[in-house]
Amino acid sequence: MAWGLRGSTAWDHGDVSLYRDTGVVLRVHKLGEADRIITLLTRRHGKVRAVAKGVRRTTSRFGARLEPFGHVDAQFYTGRTLDVITQVETVDAFALPIVGDYQRYTAASAITETADRLTAEEGEPALKLYLLVTGALRALAEGQRDASLVLDAFLLRAMAFAGWAPAITECARCGEPGPHPAFNVQAGGSLCGRCRVPGSVHPAPEVVVLLAALLHGDWTTAEDTTFAVRRDVSGLVAAHLQWHLERQLRSLPFVERRAREAPITGRLGSDGVSGDTEVAGAAQGTRGRDSSEGVAGTGQGA
Amino acid sequence: MYEGVVQDLIDELGRLPGIGPKSAQRIAFHLLATDPADIARLQEILGKVREGVRFCDICGNVSEEERCRICRDARRDPALICVVEEPKDVLAVERTREFRGRYHVLGGALDPLSGVGPDQLRIKELLARIGGEEVSEVIIATDPNTEGEATATYLVRMLRDFPGLTVTRLASGLPMGGDLEFADELTLGRALSGRRAL
Repeated sequence: MAWGLRGSTAWDHGDVSLYRDTGVVLRVHKLGEADRIITLLTRRHGKVRAVAKGVRRTTSRFGARLEPFGHVDAQFYTGRTLDVITQVETVDAFALPIVGDYQRYTAASAITETADRLTAEEGEPALKLYLLVTGALRALAEGQRDASLVLDAFLLRAMAFAGWAPAITECARCGEPGPHPAFNVQAGGSLCGRCRVPGSVHPAPEVVVLLAALLHGDWTTAEDTTFAVRRDVSGLVAAHLQWHLERQLRSLPFVERRAREAPITGRLGSDGVSGDTEVAGAAQGTRGRDSSEGVAGTGQGA
Repeated sequence: MYEGVVQDLIDELGRLPGIGPKSAQRIAFHLLATDPADIARLQEILGKVREGVRFCDICGNVSEEERCRICRDARRDPALICVVEEPKDVLAVERTREFRGRYHVLGGALDPLSGVGPDQLRIKELLARIGGEEVSEVIIATDPNTEGEATATYLVRMLRDFPGLTVTRLASGLPMGGDLEFADELTLGRALSGRRAL
């Protein structure tokens, strides 16, 4: 690397304050003729929005490095409203392998949008989330795990960091050890027979096992599941996330869920009482078509 | 703040892309000092743009008739289709004077973060066109950025099952007039992998 070691360093050059950090590009916005506003999740400074000047020109020296999903080492100087990116080096080029597969691209988009939403305050350190995002994008780039599982594992753990982990192995209300038959997003997860409320769904036992495996990183168990179980888990995870975020994620309806295994064997059960469609509806908004043809899941959100 | 209609004009101009408050003010005062005949011509053109311009039924490019100038041109090769994101990209490819085929304008690129999926683009129209016409090659000329590459990946998957159809992608590499030492590793890597024999 031409200009020093990785990590965060700050220098004070009189009136101009420079700092350096590694970060993941979450999203980019066009600005003016050839500039972009880059939103990064950095290791030390949390979310940073900074201007990258001239990066849309083909002659830009670092425009290619500041594409979404890029893991970069960047130097910033502090501006009056937005900081300005002055130098960039690539740490990991996650974008190249990810955009070569549409399913991984849609999953990565949902990961970066979630990270963006979960870090409301700019400049507030979010090291755990940063490590989680880089880990998830690395897993997608390597392509050795199902993109859908990687996304759901990320969403569950990101929610756990935000304090919204669903109760899976115990009752969300009374804390009685489970597993329990009912699951209610509004109530915070699994519910025992006594605490069950109208509107709860009844996931298959395998669905609860997969939820716990994804939350705790048990990939052996997670990968030994059918497509139907994964699809149901995706629905619950998406409903849980969007309930807590209090708004729809734009990228989730586009996430492609492809069958890699046995055909669908079961669906989420329901109490069949008033209110049960809310969870199911929210869940359906995240499901793509389950055909092995790989047609994009284009269903719009619930 | 200026009074009444002058401030309204500045506000409206400020809503245009790339026009900030200062530029809007400068343009507004330029218009105030302009000859009335020039203002009338501008008004007339703005009216025509709104009413007279439409999108080509075949390729989706901007046009004044049902079919655009390129789709009407019998000298253009109908077996070659160049897929671009926006109408302005048609102009960019035309400026090269290298391409003698026809175009298909998608209307954007796949971008889940902005709520743009396959159904929001003119992909179905492209597939119908290839199924119904004698097309031998589709050149994917989406932007060389994350969204453009993902769109190209998706299109390749949708097009690979058409018998006898060749799908190609614009080469990426080093810009003319640049120094190798300033090239970023992604561009240089692509230039290396896409190198050609001389």
